[in-house]
Amino acid sequence: MSTAVTPDLVVDASRTLCPVPVIKARQGMDRLKRGQVLKLIATDPGSKADIPSFARVAGHELLSAEHSDKQFVFLVRKGGK
Amino acid sequence: MVATAERLVQENIALFEAMHQQAHENEPKRVAIVASKGTLDMVYPPLILASTAAAMGMECGVFFTFYGLNALHKKKSRSLQVAPLANPAAPMPVPNIIGAIPGMTNMATWMMKRMMGKQNMPSVAELVKVCQDSGVKLIACTTTMGVMGVKEDDLIPGVNLEGAAAFLDFASKAHVTLFV
Repeated sequence: MSTAVTPDLVVDASRTLCPVPVIKARQGMDRLKRGQVLKLIATDPGSKADIPSFARVAGHELLSAEHSDKQFVFLVRKGGK
Repeated sequence: MVATAERLVQENIALFEAMHQQAHENEPKRVAIVASKGTLDMVYPPLILASTAAAMGMECGVFFTFYGLNALHKKKSRSLQVAPLANPAAPMPVPNIIGAIPGMTNMATWMMKRMMGKQNMPSVAELVKVCQDSGVKLIACTTTMGVMGVKEDDLIPGVNLEGAAAFLDFASKAHVTLFV
């Protein structure tokens, strides 16, 4: 659990499918500075694999990935790229 | 002596490969996609992949050729359709031959759009906009434009006009190449 981390921005991509959660994650990241944290909420089952891949390739740090009751919640720290 | 020389060569090759890999590690990954289909269902996959690639920080170019060019066409991109005929996967719970009846293409298109709307899927125009805003290189095939009588003004603004050689040049440095 990473409840200790307070997100700087919360983006809700619920009830959307690929590619929207990743696009919304990117748009959220564009509004943050390096080191700030984005909280992304999604319901697309693909996001469970997609968001960690997005974070890794885009150079961000995935702090946590939790899912409960068909909802996925990710905390991603903006990286340097 | 010979064995030692061979070992030295092998070590140098390994060192060279490691240096080469390191030098290219920080380069952005490049994705090159050919979009060749002009039906609603087949225009989505290249646009989804391209917009996602750009969101991940990859460098992406999409070459729109033949019917695929409809996705960049100001008017035609708004009226893309699903073909129910010879498409057993079309969203119609009826025998495929029914797809030949007039109006069935409209119906299949309507059903697909309704299904997409229910899932909040972006429209083709919205996805193209996301691609452009995130730096995807959208390339219109000039041969297609010539064959099909498409003028530059018929296409959305900001599109690159290129032929096969320019795209192959771009794609030859790509890490991912896809033909849709």
